[in-house]
Amino acid sequence: MSVPREEARVIPISAAPSFEQPDPVAELLALIRRRITGDYEVDEFGYDAELTDKVLLELIRPLYNHWFRVETVELKNVPVEGGALIVANHSGTLPFDALMMQLALHDEAGRPLRLLGADLVYQLPVLSHLSRKTGHTLACREDADRLLRGGELVGVFPEGFKGIGKPFSDRYKLQRFGRGGFVASALRTGVPIVPVAIVGAEEIYPKIGDLKSLARLLGLPYLPITPLFPLLGPLGLVPLPSKWMIEFGEPIRTDDYDPSAADDPMLVFNLTDHVREVIQQMLNELVLRRGYAFPPFM
Amino acid sequence: MTHTVLVTGVSRHIGARVASVLAAAPDISRVIGVDTVPPPSLTRDGGISLGRTEFVRVDLRSPDIAQVIAAADVHTVVHMSLVSAPSRSGGRTAMKEHNVIGTMQLLGACQRSATVRRVVVRSTTAVYGSSPRDPAVFTEELEPHDGPSHGYAKDAVEVEGYVRGFARRRPDVTVSLLRFANFMGPGVESPLTRYFTQPVLPTVFGFDPRLQFVHEDDAVEVLLRMATEDHPGTYNVAGAGVLLLSQCARRAGRPSLPVLSPAFKVLGNAARRMGLVEYSPEQLRLMCHGRAVDTARLEAELGWKPKFTTGAAFDDFLRSRGLRPFGGVRT
Repeated sequence: MSVPREEARVIPISAAPSFEQPDPVAELLALIRRRITGDYEVDEFGYDAELTDKVLLELIRPLYNHWFRVETVELKNVPVEGGALIVANHSGTLPFDALMMQLALHDEAGRPLRLLGADLVYQLPVLSHLSRKTGHTLACREDADRLLRGGELVGVFPEGFKGIGKPFSDRYKLQRFGRGGFVASALRTGVPIVPVAIVGAEEIYPKIGDLKSLARLLGLPYLPITPLFPLLGPLGLVPLPSKWMIEFGEPIRTDDYDPSAADDPMLVFNLTDHVREVIQQMLNELVLRRGYAFPPFM
Repeated sequence: MTHTVLVTGVSRHIGARVASVLAAAPDISRVIGVDTVPPPSLTRDGGISLGRTEFVRVDLRSPDIAQVIAAADVHTVVHMSLVSAPSRSGGRTAMKEHNVIGTMQLLGACQRSATVRRVVVRSTTAVYGSSPRDPAVFTEELEPHDGPSHGYAKDAVEVEGYVRGFARRRPDVTVSLLRFANFMGPGVESPLTRYFTQPVLPTVFGFDPRLQFVHEDDAVEVLLRMATEDHPGTYNVAGAGVLLLSQCARRAGRPSLPVLSPAFKVLGNAARRMGLVEYSPEQLRLMCHGRAVDTARLEAELGWKPKFTTGAAFDDFLRSRGLRPFGGVRT
């Protein structure tokens, strides 16, 4: 069927004559109704997009805007669509950096972030289902490949616990990058690797000591001592309001390689080192650019 | 070509339905249904008409099954007789014998038979276990980190081992191994359907597992196709998508009661001893970590997709039991 030329032009739905601004109260009621009756979709990983967008991200947005004053740099480097692997530095004792990066990509790039987390996360009550509901899954080859093939934006912190639990004196020094499994996944699926530097998370809980034996007793990878924790008790859990910046680096293409390159350990190690160097470089520059962690005083 | 089909487990709902559709298929000359107990009567228990199926009462654990296969020139064997919960009288030992020894006897008879050309075995996605250390979505070739170590799921792992052994020894026989997600639908009676009809649903505090269901109609359709066409291999069978346990409870309009996992174990054991519910440690793991499978292989092989998604299958079950969410029917 042919359509007359002028009628076929695309108009934004809000400009259509029949368009009415949806009533926020009615929308909220509809949301509550859907939640109570179970009438919503979750994907096979357990990602509940509606709960994440409408409730959980809403809760952390004040932290993003007013507490950490997160500023993003070079967001244009994030692909608008299709699979891509976000690789970032990890810091801050508790994974606030993961939350802030997810919110940054959601609000400013319009893309849900699917992080790959440690298996510890999925053994713990509450954390395990919150993690799945907000779109994240276990760091394993099968899940990573499946998400990337499905065109999702997948995020990894290759430093893992070594990065997030490092002492304050090692701030902004990248730790070892695991076994390079993330590079192999990118090679297999041919998606670009986007290096990311997160500055600011290092200062939220400056870790000056570690209660190692107690941590072992509780089955945790570390139990930090910060200037305020455990000294001030629960009050010591409030993160310090450092100034944050998140920079997205130029994508590193992997589609020039054959997918079988993922089975070449030398190539995987070299590419892993390359990504690590790029992120360290970005971190060094971004820390200088940010200046004081707690402006305007220190 | 006409041939004879042997179906085990016809006294149970899905088995009976499969036997009845096979009996109605034009190119099947004879359907022999076997089970340890006679099928429920049509009039009383809402049994399903088996059509022209001939019922033979055989204890699968005995070698009698070999005589049935030898006497009837059986061409296709559909093995559905896996028991998922211990019966009140027999207990776990009888269940294990029925599942594992029964399968060994049946496969032994098939191996001897010169007429058997196709074997279809019902297994379960429970063979993947549920673990925080395994991928979110299982494909058929995946080896789980923490395979099941108890109950039904362990039986199924052992049964699969014997089926693979049989397939190796008789490469001329087409062997299809079907790993079904939990059956769901108006006629399904299982520990899970009984769980959802309880007034309050105990859940494990801090966990919200992903569940997957296959509608009984789709299960029957898959078994029919596997029994009448050659589709060798192992296939996951599940409705598209997943439901979270919390979502199931909301759709059923049942309040959930979060219980800490050690208490859940104690309560589960106590309830089992009182004969209230069937409970096994595998269930606790499922209630924590859930399970989802990939069905791409089945869909590519059959060129067909289950008609009911996981959500639609559950909704159909709820409709048949008159369960609705708080505040009325979903639109």
